[in-house]
Amino acid sequence: MSEISEEQVAHLANLARIALTPEEITSLTTELDQIVDSIAKVQEVATPDVPATSHPVPLQNVFRDDVVGQTLTREQALANAPERTEDRFKVSAILGEEQ
Amino acid sequence: MSELIRKSASELSELLSSGEVSSVEVTRAHLDRIEAVDGEVAAFLHVSSDALDNARSIDERRAAGDALGPLAGIPLAVKDVLVTTDMPSTSGSRILEGYMSPFDATVVAKSRAAGLVPIGKTNMDEFAMGSSTEHSAYGPTHNPWDLDRIPGGSGGGSAAAVAAFEAPLALGSDTGGSIRQPAHVTGTVGVKPTYGGVSRYGAIALASSLDQVGPVTRTVLDAGLLHDVIGGHDPLDSTSLRDEWPSMAAAAREGAAGGALTGLRVGVVSQLSGDGFQAGVRRRYEEALALLERNGAELVEVSAPHFEYAIAAYYLILPAEASSNLAKFDSVRFGMRVSPPGGGTVEQVMSATREAGFGPEVKRRIILGTYALSAGYYDAYYGSAQKVRTLIQRDFEQAFASVDVLVSPSAPTTAFRLGEKLDDPLAMYLNDIATIPANLAGVPAMSVPIGLAPEDGLPVGLQIMAPVREDARLYRAGAALEALLLEQWGHGLLAEAPELGGK
Repeated sequence: MSEISEEQVAHLANLARIALTPEEITSLTTELDQIVDSIAKVQEVATPDVPATSHPVPLQNVFRDDVVGQTLTREQALANAPERTEDRFKVSAILGEEQ
Repeated sequence: MSELIRKSASELSELLSSGEVSSVEVTRAHLDRIEAVDGEVAAFLHVSSDALDNARSIDERRAAGDALGPLAGIPLAVKDVLVTTDMPSTSGSRILEGYMSPFDATVVAKSRAAGLVPIGKTNMDEFAMGSSTEHSAYGPTHNPWDLDRIPGGSGGGSAAAVAAFEAPLALGSDTGGSIRQPAHVTGTVGVKPTYGGVSRYGAIALASSLDQVGPVTRTVLDAGLLHDVIGGHDPLDSTSLRDEWPSMAAAAREGAAGGALTGLRVGVVSQLSGDGFQAGVRRRYEEALALLERNGAELVEVSAPHFEYAIAAYYLILPAEASSNLAKFDSVRFGMRVSPPGGGTVEQVMSATREAGFGPEVKRRIILGTYALSAGYYDAYYGSAQKVRTLIQRDFEQAFASVDVLVSPSAPTTAFRLGEKLDDPLAMYLNDIATIPANLAGVPAMSVPIGLAPEDGLPVGLQIMAPVREDARLYRAGAALEALLLEQWGHGLLAEAPELGGK
């Protein structure tokens, strides 16, 4: 038990880009610990001789003809943007001051 | 109450084609019903303001002699996970509040082309993560059988809409049981088609190797009719199968006509009926098995030893894929944007947005998925889960070598009370114990109502599973069982549901 620490959850939240509150980090640490404990049982039967399955009905080489299909107009693509400038998505600074 | 809303889609189809009723009348009857009961059921997040106009144009086309499909003019409820150009699509999340898609999901486009009338968008657990709709950012849906109980999830809105006679047909999506478990707890029919059998283009992705879109209805034939509309190859979904599919409606009619059970080898999955299954669920299940046997089916005990690992594998694969799929909610191209106090870099804005826009279950699964995919843990967790997937597929293959279909109860219990499992994620996850194996293996599966549990008077469903690409087998067996039960009961199960509309 307690394999998962609060520091680890805070790190994962940073990787996943979710600004969790300290209270959320504390409760998630407890919950994840329990969940990971219960799902770790997959290791009991996942022996080296068993191949992995990524898709249940696998297909190979799904191609289409190399022609222009229906695409969104620029206006459609921008219509749901929280902020835009002319024909572009607008975001705040990419780099912080310390970067 | 208008008698029109009690009719099945196939009955409405006959009334519409003979000209006895118009699509405007049918659509208005359902809109009135929504107005009367949805205050207490809360199945809908949005009701279409164009439905009557669309109905009118179908009536005009019919009057002009246009060749129309069997479901033309019939109202359709659409799960909010499917994007629509004329109604908002939120997937039950605050982060997509008010989002208007520039395109229709393929299943919606096919439904429109077949003349169906989209009547509204139905409630669901946020991004389809849940078994009760309690994780919807817009509040839970209530089970029409008992308004204090859950309607199942994630597609509780679609199932409740159909059970409460607010729509004869609905679309759902099923990643681990989100069509079949709501069907089980609401006394309705739900089908998860073969993986790749129905396009997912425009279905807001949860776990791409598991998600499948399918019909939610009150009768097996109606499910077949809707399946025939939405199924088939879609070049816009690269996992879509190129198969030529037989008519599922024809299979349902064949099943209902009798004789379909003679010699049918029915595999009873021993791992899916013992401890942990409510007594009344087991009782109805055993009665249904006996009924199948009396009508010529051969019951065969089947062991699927790796099914007990299915939930564990699922709660690794799903969060891993969900954490990747939900990365697109970055506050740049669409959806909510929240800036931290005093502004911030694009990454800080992204983190503040996702903190504000995602609910607790979504955060839980994204963090779990990020963990399962982390360097150092990948092989132990995600890699092992993918191997379990192979073992479960082998269990199915071995079983289908000796039987035609497999059966189990669709879920371990009847509808539980709202709030009962909300704070216990592991207890919530156990609801899907019977439904998850089919998603992991890609096989088609259906839930059909088989009665009420004696201890609480709530619906119970039987799950039927068939080999990949053999969806028609579900419809034949499901319709055969449904016909026998209808004969026994003298009416559909939903006739026993309490009256609504006392708000």
